[in-house]
Amino acid sequence: MTALLDIRDLHLSMHSFEGAAKVLSGVSLSVEKRQIWGLVGETGCGKSLTGLSVSRLVRTPPAEYTGGQILLDGTDVLGLSEPQMRALRGRRVGMIFQDPTTNLNPAFRIGTQLMDVALAAAKHDPAILGLQPGAGRRARKQAARKLAIAMLTEVGIPAAESRLDDYPHQFSGGMRQRVLIAMALIGRPDLLIADEPTTALDVSVQAQILTLLKQMVAAHDMGVVLITHNLGVVAQTCTHVAVMYAGTIVEKGPIEAVLADPAHPYTQALLRAIPDRSVKRGQLQGLAGAVPNLIHPPPGCRFAPRCALARPSCLEGPPPVHTRAPDHAVACPVVKEVQNA
Amino acid sequence: MLRFILRRILLILPVLIGMTIIMFVIARVLPGDPVGLAAGPNATRAEIEALAREFGLDQPLWVQYWTYLSGLVQGDFGTSLFSRRPVATDLAAYLPATLELVFSALLLAILVGIPAGLMAAVWRNKWPDYLSNILSVAAISMPRFFLGLLLQLCFAMWLMWLPLGGRFPIIFDPPPGVTGFYTIDSIIAGDWDSFWTALRYLALPAIAMSLSPLATILRMMRASTIEVMHQDYVTTARALGLSPRLIVFKYVLRNAISSSLTVIGLYFGWLLGGTVLVETVFDWPGIGLYATSAIVSQDFMPVVSVALVIGVLFVTANIVIDVLYGLINPKVRYQ
Repeated sequence: MTALLDIRDLHLSMHSFEGAAKVLSGVSLSVEKRQIWGLVGETGCGKSLTGLSVSRLVRTPPAEYTGGQILLDGTDVLGLSEPQMRALRGRRVGMIFQDPTTNLNPAFRIGTQLMDVALAAAKHDPAILGLQPGAGRRARKQAARKLAIAMLTEVGIPAAESRLDDYPHQFSGGMRQRVLIAMALIGRPDLLIADEPTTALDVSVQAQILTLLKQMVAAHDMGVVLITHNLGVVAQTCTHVAVMYAGTIVEKGPIEAVLADPAHPYTQALLRAIPDRSVKRGQLQGLAGAVPNLIHPPPGCRFAPRCALARPSCLEGPPPVHTRAPDHAVACPVVKEVQNA
Repeated sequence: MLRFILRRILLILPVLIGMTIIMFVIARVLPGDPVGLAAGPNATRAEIEALAREFGLDQPLWVQYWTYLSGLVQGDFGTSLFSRRPVATDLAAYLPATLELVFSALLLAILVGIPAGLMAAVWRNKWPDYLSNILSVAAISMPRFFLGLLLQLCFAMWLMWLPLGGRFPIIFDPPPGVTGFYTIDSIIAGDWDSFWTALRYLALPAIAMSLSPLATILRMMRASTIEVMHQDYVTTARALGLSPRLIVFKYVLRNAISSSLTVIGLYFGWLLGGTVLVETVFDWPGIGLYATSAIVSQDFMPVVSVALVIGVLFVTANIVIDVLYGLINPKVRYQ
């Protein structure tokens, strides 16, 4: 069976005045229906670029795909034309972004914005509106309006019909994110990329939005890539997690396996850096050093310069990936040796 | 919305009263002897004094002002010292010509400038952008009267496509006056020949006046479109499969247009005040030409009145722009 989303060995370079930065180097990730993958890592590690690449929203140039494939139901999106891509966006892949205050167009009613997405998706799949192909403009608009009301109700916006004619500034932040979720899902995509959907929200609203996301995944049988730098969000929401560092995935697997038995030194360091009640003030362990320069990345493991377990062989070539438990993969040979010893 | 408009109108009253005071005082403290000039070179002292008395110019300044202001409220703009015609009658004859010219110039600037700016932004750093850049710099840096002369030379003298000046051929009757705009009046009368003629006379002065606002609107529109296209909501719209056409012409356009609106409002005043030169070059019978001749003969009632009318129109235009802001950007409304 082909996976919903299968990213294979993706390489992406960003051209700048100083040279080409290898921002993604061999990212591989496979997402099935009903899986929620958490993609975690620090700022600039390439998690957002990975997400944007699935919908081909990275501008080329300055970016350039130098290798790999992004298979969406077996089709490589890197080989599609822009019109072909447009047919997939919103209908096969939905996207939600970080800041709900800037991602809705301030000059249009939310009903208009929702309906336009529904109508665009219906151009490629009339069944979305529940109409026969060739239905008239009026009929399509009416159906889109009905669908917009249904979607808003589904994401928990009370009195949806009366709010359709409101403008974004008449909604609270949490409500706006609900509207954006409704917009992302109105084309019935089977894959949802959520790029830091809760980062701009306060904690209680954050929990509501994450719960809503989980409900939506269950109700619509979707696969999700949830991009975040918050391991708490991952633990709360995801079925799987992939940890990214400087353009590579260093560890991935089912959430229980990775959190209970973090194998990569970077994952371990991330988990140690989470404050918790048992840790006394001043004892929280940060991670020394800085992210490597991606224009001239270290030749071997990109984490090696900051790694406590690093040995000379780590600097020589890319670290081999080994499977620690079923589906639990780690890109670090040293851990394996330490474990076996 | 209505309350917003009413409040704005109430707020401009003090502005207008202040304007009448300043204009009135300036017109009278200027050096020169308008009464003597009007009475003629051979007038006796007694005749000059009689003329001054007739126009109430022997009264103290504040009495004169009060007479003027109470006349204004009743629609009386005073009387010309020279022609002895009420200024209001003259304004009614000349103002429509100027307004027709200004509105056509502005309309041309908007209809060309906004789409062209949008296109320049969409094709940024490609040849349409470079071309529009060069043309708009040229248009902005060329003085209007010079541009007018160039257009006359090219289209009226060499090519002989369009008339050199004037508003309508003297030998024909202009269309029956409803709005005072010959183009609109001839449409109302269903007289297409007159419409075509009026349009031919309007073309050159309107183009001469429109190029500078056109270029400014184009550049504004380009800059704000580029800014809007980098907004998150445009990425979201793209990510959810909307077509580039829908995104640019619907979602980007409305957000990008508001900065151009400001420019349009300002240019309206600029054009009104700046018709003098273009009207002179094209012999266009508008308030610019009227004001020039009044200034030359120190006939101050027409001068004050023209300034006042321009002021009122400018302020009104800015209220209209404010209302349009509210229509385009819902966040401005009700505030």
